[in-house]
Amino acid sequence: MKMTKRSQWALPYVIFLGLFVVLPLFLVLVYAFQDGAGRFTFSNITRFFTDRDALSTFALSLEVAIENTAICILIGYPAAWILANRKLNRSAVTIVLFIIPMWVNALMRTLATAELFNMMGLQLGKGTLIFGMVYDYLPFMIYPIYNILERMDKSYAEAAADLGADSWTVFRKVTLPLSLPGVASGVLMVFMPTVSTFAISEFLTNNRIKLFGTIIQENINSSMWNYGAALSLIMLIIIGITSLLTGGDKEEQMEGGMV
Amino acid sequence: MKRFFAQLYLWILLLVLYAPLAFIAVCSFTESKVLGNWKGFSVQLYSNLLTGDMQGNSSLLVAVQNTLLIALAAALVATLLGTVAAIGIHNLSGRKRGAITFLNSIPMINPDVITGVSLFLLFVFLHVGQGFLTVILAHITFCTPYVVLSVLPKLRQLNPNTYEAALDLGATPSQALRKVMIPQLKGGMISGFMLAFTMSLDDFAVTFFTRGTVGLETLSTYIYADARKGGLTPELRPLMTLIFLLVLVVLLVVNLRQEKNKKNEPVI
Repeated sequence: MKMTKRSQWALPYVIFLGLFVVLPLFLVLVYAFQDGAGRFTFSNITRFFTDRDALSTFALSLEVAIENTAICILIGYPAAWILANRKLNRSAVTIVLFIIPMWVNALMRTLATAELFNMMGLQLGKGTLIFGMVYDYLPFMIYPIYNILERMDKSYAEAAADLGADSWTVFRKVTLPLSLPGVASGVLMVFMPTVSTFAISEFLTNNRIKLFGTIIQENINSSMWNYGAALSLIMLIIIGITSLLTGGDKEEQMEGGMV
Repeated sequence: MKRFFAQLYLWILLLVLYAPLAFIAVCSFTESKVLGNWKGFSVQLYSNLLTGDMQGNSSLLVAVQNTLLIALAAALVATLLGTVAAIGIHNLSGRKRGAITFLNSIPMINPDVITGVSLFLLFVFLHVGQGFLTVILAHITFCTPYVVLSVLPKLRQLNPNTYEAALDLGATPSQALRKVMIPQLKGGMISGFMLAFTMSLDDFAVTFFTRGTVGLETLSTYIYADARKGGLTPELRPLMTLIFLLVLVVLLVVNLRQEKNKKNEPVI
């Protein structure tokens, strides 16, 4: 009996989640299908699909997010692999060095990066945008992959080697498949924020390139709540699809891991 | 040889990652107004920052104060709410547990912009004036899930009989909670609190949408407004350098000590 009673302790949080998570997302849906006077309409959605600028920004945001995520995997996976390999990297402290920059305000770091580009005489544009994004999000890719490689049962790889697989085959057939959940959670942590980022893209391109997050922000700030809500809804759908594809369960990666 | 190239790869990456931070640190030792200009060595910006004499930029200190206050309040409430929730969730099973865990994961998966916009619409809908309180509520919303996930594994390790034993031996439920449960959950609660605190400190988008029009500034919104005006307050350079050095020293000391004690789990 006592056990069932203590399960009621979840109740305050359930109420809180209802009020601050479910209701707000429901309101996004409601506002997206209303006009300024509160009447039901599809016009916000059709407006997006007929708005050239919004559509091209949307496509560009997806493109930048995909490129950023891909580069983060390409650079981050080898780094995580080296970090988790006791023969190549003896100290667990090195991974901490990769996380420390995250503690400095992201906007400030981004501004300093943009200023460095300026000083090197680089034209601020799409190239610097992607480089800056990789710089900002790389640790979020390295950490989950490192975590899963570190905890992986080494005996599988040893068994494969004992059975005659060379080290490349061991990696391709054993280590890589076992580490994919870490890659998935890295994708979730890199792709989602990049597709929605605002401010960072403006800083890195000197306002030349806008991403989808910026358009949402501009509409909300200029009191175009309904259109802003419709754009948010479209982004929510993208996020839903991504988390389904990556098996969107941060819980297993997170538990006892992040801190 | 293999080890040499592996290490080289890591250190090149670290060099790139730290370049902007080093750049800020170097520029904090010159008085020039614009980031990147060098006008001779000076510690003037540090003395401005530490004496609080900011030559018309005193709103930076107010922003720092707000950031800390919001983070502290949000992390405290999130830790309480999240711990109680975790105990509840731990004692649930099946569909109910699944539903709550799913709801709990939404604020973590949602990008900041969506969390910000949706909460903005909520406060508009409820006719709540936006300011300090709404920002704190919004921060509690995206911080609590991390506390829940930090406390849940500790509950799994906990022997359920100890709580019942305390009750059998005559402790009231609140005594049993305070003297038996909380001490065993402390580790998870502290890491949840730290995570919540740092998430709140670093937030920009959610604060941006939920602070209303009363002129509330946190460090992030201050930097954003500053950058849009076209010039960063020079004192931000020493401030960021000090924050960075503090984090660097604390984390390195904690982790090196941990490594000495032969525990290989990094503390982040």
